[in-house]
Amino acid sequence: MADILVVCEQRDGVVARVSLELIGQARVLAETTGEKVVALLLGYKIKSEANRLIGYGADKVIVVDDRNLKVYLTEQYAQAAYSVIDDIKPNIVLFGATSIGRDLAPRLSARLHTGLTADCTKLEADKDGNLFMTRPAFGGNLFATIVCPDFRPQMSTVRAGVFEIADFDENRHGETEERTVDWKPYRFRVEMIEEIKEKREGGDIAETKILVSCGRGTKDKIPQAIELASSIGGLVSCTRAIVDLGLLPNDRQVGQTGKTVRPSVYLALGISGAVQHLAGMEESEFIIAVNKDRAAPIFKVAHLGIVSDAKELIGKLIKEFENRGLVKNERAN
Amino acid sequence: MKIVVCIKQVPDTTDVKIDPVTNTLKRDGVPSIINPDDKAALELALRQKDLNGDSVAVLCMGPAQAEKALREALAMGADEAYLMSDKMFAGSDTLATSTIIAAGLRAIGYDLILTGRQAIDGDTAQVGPQIAELLDLPQVTYCVEITQNGEFYDVKRQIENAKQRLRVSAPFLATVTSAEVTPRYMNVGDIIGQESKKINLLTFKDINVDADCIGLNGSPTKVKSTFVKQVNNERNVVELSADEAAKLIVETLLEKHYV
Repeated sequence: MADILVVCEQRDGVVARVSLELIGQARVLAETTGEKVVALLLGYKIKSEANRLIGYGADKVIVVDDRNLKVYLTEQYAQAAYSVIDDIKPNIVLFGATSIGRDLAPRLSARLHTGLTADCTKLEADKDGNLFMTRPAFGGNLFATIVCPDFRPQMSTVRAGVFEIADFDENRHGETEERTVDWKPYRFRVEMIEEIKEKREGGDIAETKILVSCGRGTKDKIPQAIELASSIGGLVSCTRAIVDLGLLPNDRQVGQTGKTVRPSVYLALGISGAVQHLAGMEESEFIIAVNKDRAAPIFKVAHLGIVSDAKELIGKLIKEFENRGLVKNERAN
Repeated sequence: MKIVVCIKQVPDTTDVKIDPVTNTLKRDGVPSIINPDDKAALELALRQKDLNGDSVAVLCMGPAQAEKALREALAMGADEAYLMSDKMFAGSDTLATSTIIAAGLRAIGYDLILTGRQAIDGDTAQVGPQIAELLDLPQVTYCVEITQNGEFYDVKRQIENAKQRLRVSAPFLATVTSAEVTPRYMNVGDIIGQESKKINLLTFKDINVDADCIGLNGSPTKVKSTFVKQVNNERNVVELSADEAAKLIVETLLEKHYV
């Protein structure tokens, strides 16, 4: 029986959230195709993460734990992943659409001579194991459903935040298999000289429950928006325009070229809603949009749309939360 | 040293409109540009040329009108231009496209290959790494700076949470991101100079490639359907003063237990 293989991403020994999301979605696909979900864990001194992957939905974890995989380098990781894929011949292979997944997956697709669909926002399968991969094109103006009928595996990258992580089940059982690779070191031609980690300030917008999001209409009110967000335990996010103006760092940008978010509440203040922005937030659970322009596209995805002056509203909202004693003491921002 | 920069001509997607009946792009009146990341790759190549006299060739696969993109690259300072154009190339997915471009690169020769990280009309970021694999070259993606350092190149890359410096020797392929690279403008001397330059045409018969691996039929991935996102127009939009809006928002969030 063929498998659904999730190529897990880890940085500094910790499996990335997007890989757990993919395991969750692979489980959903496996319900239809009747296949097994296999997680592939590549790295050095990472074996301890295998049980977590089973708890999140993997039936089996294949681990390649090797000094050659200590830092991510394309060829080393491609050789390790290729050796496993070539051996177990999965039907589907999924990668996170991160800088690592987007470096590794196309390299492997050419090595395997098979199709790869980038940045999928929806994955469906039929009982014969055919995968239907839907992705945005032309900056989110158009969506296309892609198939790979004649080649296997069917491969796809998926951005963080598109799928939800399954509940962790500590009693779930699964098998862990360690493998070694017959390395071809003469192909290791890139060397890492140095890596400078950039510190992220004040949390990740992809992992927070409440986002207060600013666009051009509230560009002069960013400090107040930050105050509002932190008073209710949320974070500030924004459109590309705000990042381009240098008002917030780019890890706060939501949309096609920023992050995909799905918070419980997305409060869009003074955002008109370009398709590129909508592509990054329309899966949010409850969207409130405030804009002066009744024709703004953001209202098409809003659960509650208010035609009003968002700039003026921010201060009033801070007061209203205060008056009702809803302000939290923690300062997430 | 011969640097080849692979560029793509793309519609300026900020202006793109979709025909709601056919679900295809309305290309009429949409300006075509050199893909921004590819233009950044060209800039890094031209900086190498400025420093040590490397030659810079640009290669573009596309229809005849892609000549305009190549002319612009020549006017920025590139030395040679190649247009890969043939009706047999049409409908290629990323792997088929990479197969064609890799064959073109083999035909014209290279020491270093630069291209954009991704194109704004597809955002796949696949063609660069696929070309590298097909040519058995090492790759460095998300590159923002290239420095020659003796017999090596030091390549700086910018990823989500880090900057990295990698060392590699030529030949290699790097994909460049436009975030930290500002391309130069066309210059008067080269604008005039490019007019006398020939655009070299590469068709199917000029390259060594298997017809079964290119075009629509040679593409592993197929587009099953396209659609424009359905949006819900029946949602609740109300017009309120800022005071009323603040009350409504707080009450709604309370009612739904979000705060």
